[in-house]
Amino acid sequence: MKTIKFLSMAILAGSFLASCSSDDNSPEEINEEETITTMTVTLTPDGGGTAIELKSQDLDGDGPNAPVITISGNLAASTTYNGSIELLNETETPAEDITEEVAEEDDEHQFFFVTTGSIDTVTYSDEDGDGNPVGIEFSLTTGAAGSATLAVTLRHEPKKPNNGTLSDAGGETDITQTFSLTVE
Amino acid sequence: MKAKLFITLMIVFPFWGLSQNCDNTITGKVTDYHSKLPLENATLLIVGTTHTVETDAGGSFLISSICVGNYELEVSHPECNTILMNIVVQEDTTIDIKLEHHLEELDEVDVVGEAINDKTNSASEEKLKLPTLELYSSGTLGDALRELGGVSSLNTGANIVKPSIHGLNGSRVLILNDGVRMQDMEWGDEHAPNIDINTAGAVSVIKGASALQYGGDAIGGTIVLEQAKIPVKDTIFGKTLISGNTNGRGGTLTSELTKAFGSGWFAKVQGSYKRLGDLEAPDYILSNTGIQELGTSLRFGKRLFTWGWDVRYAYFSSEIAVLRASHIGNVDDLIRSINNGQPEIIRSFTYDLQNPRQEVKHHLAKLHFYKRFEGLGKWNFQYDFQSNRRFEFDVRRGELDGRASIDLELTTHTLSTDFKWDAKEDHQMHVGLLGRYQENFPNPATGVRRLIPDYEKFDLGAFALGEIQITDQLLLEGGVRYDFTRIDAQKFYQTSRWNERGYDTEFQDLIVEDLGTSILVNPVFDYHNISATVGGKYQWEGEETLKFNYALAQRAPNPSELFSDGLHHSAARIELGDLRVDSETSHKFTASFEQDFNHWGYSVEPFANWVQNFLLLEPSGVEFTIRGAFPVWEYRQTDARLLGLDFSAYANWTKYWKTDHQFSLVKGQETDNNSALINIPAANFRNQITYSVPQWKNFSVSLESQYVFRQNETPDNIMVFSPEQQQEVLLEINTAPDAYHLLGLRSQMEFPWAGNKKITTSLVVNNLLNTNYRDYLNRQRFFADDLGRNILIQLKFNY
Repeated sequence: MKTIKFLSMAILAGSFLASCSSDDNSPEEINEEETITTMTVTLTPDGGGTAIELKSQDLDGDGPNAPVITISGNLAASTTYNGSIELLNETETPAEDITEEVAEEDDEHQFFFVTTGSIDTVTYSDEDGDGNPVGIEFSLTTGAAGSATLAVTLRHEPKKPNNGTLSDAGGETDITQTFSLTVE
Repeated sequence: MKAKLFITLMIVFPFWGLSQNCDNTITGKVTDYHSKLPLENATLLIVGTTHTVETDAGGSFLISSICVGNYELEVSHPECNTILMNIVVQEDTTIDIKLEHHLEELDEVDVVGEAINDKTNSASEEKLKLPTLELYSSGTLGDALRELGGVSSLNTGANIVKPSIHGLNGSRVLILNDGVRMQDMEWGDEHAPNIDINTAGAVSVIKGASALQYGGDAIGGTIVLEQAKIPVKDTIFGKTLISGNTNGRGGTLTSELTKAFGSGWFAKVQGSYKRLGDLEAPDYILSNTGIQELGTSLRFGKRLFTWGWDVRYAYFSSEIAVLRASHIGNVDDLIRSINNGQPEIIRSFTYDLQNPRQEVKHHLAKLHFYKRFEGLGKWNFQYDFQSNRRFEFDVRRGELDGRASIDLELTTHTLSTDFKWDAKEDHQMHVGLLGRYQENFPNPATGVRRLIPDYEKFDLGAFALGEIQITDQLLLEGGVRYDFTRIDAQKFYQTSRWNERGYDTEFQDLIVEDLGTSILVNPVFDYHNISATVGGKYQWEGEETLKFNYALAQRAPNPSELFSDGLHHSAARIELGDLRVDSETSHKFTASFEQDFNHWGYSVEPFANWVQNFLLLEPSGVEFTIRGAFPVWEYRQTDARLLGLDFSAYANWTKYWKTDHQFSLVKGQETDNNSALINIPAANFRNQITYSVPQWKNFSVSLESQYVFRQNETPDNIMVFSPEQQQEVLLEINTAPDAYHLLGLRSQMEFPWAGNKKITTSLVVNNLLNTNYRDYLNRQRFFADDLGRNILIQLKFNY
């Protein structure tokens, strides 16, 4: 008798299981809210003139496609440029401005500039609440004509203050892109 | 008619009268419950009297000169359980008594924590008993299992410990928790089993897929956790254990209380709480490595010999902080960490659990019923339910920092039933059926693309096992199992990834919806798997035992192997599954030879495991994103071969001095090109010397030495382009750390307390010399040293 009772319970439970499996709702698509797809570095000559735009765009984020780099023109020799950086998440419509988030948390972020060739100096033009550099605004001075590279790296939670080098700062890399430039 | 009755009464009545004068007899026969064979030399005693007799060769007995009245009769036999039965004597009485012959199988009779059955007869098997488990009360299951030969672990820090058997872990190791197969996302390297070690009464490890009753896919092996046995008698008992650790500056409190009745009813409650702050390496604090764990369980039911049921509910929640320095941005950050030799972030000690961290909640409920059929065997029926919710928090920007990056909910229902014919002495049969439904729901609220997709999984399994005692020395066993698995997933792929994988040519028919930059697909895959085992055990007259076993096992790919696709921050790598992968097939041969002399003994267990379509995750190249370069780790199938040996020996030198020795070795290679497999444990050698004096309050002290060799056989390192250095650099991701040697100390004493209660004190020192070391199988070896010295003090109260 007990056996029959339990067997019927088993069948009941089984049919309950089977009924569980009938929902077929499509999952919701996720828009990555954190991805930075695009970094635009704008270099405006100090005395005025045409701004040069260095852009790195990676629309599939951590997908297989590499970022696409576009450089709008060549830099002039021995010139000081006012630089600014804009970060966007273009997977969202309209594109989300990530620069604002970085500016809000400027004590936890810092851009680093590593140069080679015909770039003389890069100096920070902004600072966070503790007086440490951030790098959303900076100034860049070119040297004699020739080729140059500018590597821009954004670190999250670096050691602050640091000596300005990537290795001393530590932290996690949010963005890093190297631009090959011509100074003429 | 009436006359007949009258005559009868007339004849009986005088005797009745006489019986008042204590002239009754009790006669009967004692037989085995299962085989119904008569039992010779069973002793019958009328409690409180001197009446005692033994059964003859036919199992019959006669007790004479018994007064009318109620008695308690005690029936015992050397190979059986003693039973007590009430009898009423009003006249000459005949009773048939059945004794349970399978002493070791009767869970409910044995003393708590002792006597654990073998799960198979012929496979390599090892056990951890309660006293050892208790010493790991504030550790993890994986830590405790490393005491056994051939068992290692894949760690992420010290708190996330995945057991690994003969070099294999994750989905290749089944974990049975009180008869319930754990369903807790075992596919992830940084997912530890969600088990409170304090709930287990004993743990058995079967090093292979031979225990087919539990599953056919245990290519590595099976870990079986059992509950402490509850006696069938009126009793109440409990235990409280307090452990304090210096490393982590915290500890564990665990307590349990059991109430049992002679009628078979029982109830048990158990709870434990663990809290540790930041752990410490010899030279620095491992910032953000604290842990908080809470486990509770409730169990009740009725257990009789012929039938019974029990219900168990267990809840386990853990919050584990993951070393802050191990959360990195890209390949340059990884290179820097490897070169630094010291974690980049070292803060002062704290109990706070910050990001990155994991939070897991696991519910397990089980309903189990059994019935024994006289002369046949035992039938089991079980339903179990599990819910596993996992959150992983990354270091994120702004308000997202408080939101989990991974939020998965895995729900599993399982129905199973089996029948074991064990009535016959010389052969047994065991058959069973299983049905399972599982659903995974990745919460889209994370704002991060899902690493594991929505899926439903259906499993059906059936097995048949048999064993036969050929001669007194030789026992053979064998079995087959069939498993069907269907996985029905719904997943978004980035269009670029879909095309890059080549799925656009092979799997275009799976597309449900094309959203431009992404595609929704609905893969439905079926797997039919067969597993089988055959083996034998030969026992010589002396103390030698030889076991040999062959197991064929097949394992369907797990969701991670099929569908993973995305950036794994903790490892700074992009992990890619493959829709094309098929089931793994393993052929494993194990043998074990054991010899026991008066004062010493040893066992040797070689094994060989050939795995076709072995699934492995290994670096295959680099992809560039705006965040820099990331190594791509792809799942790939190949044929692999794992060969190894476990050796153990002991010697009792004097009454007080004892030594134990253990050596384990595994070699894992791909068969076609002999290249090394990844994450194969290095050879290790353990030696222990123990001094114990039972008459000094059960005092014992032991010194343990563990030497772990360097793993010299690792896959090749990879070349990656470093955007920071603007050149190709060698990423030493597979280089193994140096060999290391650790010393440990253990000491224990017992003090009686208020009658039969007792207090046990233990002192354990791990890494006695505070040695700096890193272990190849710790995923945080790139970032920080392993744990420094830990002094653990434990108090146990039994009441």
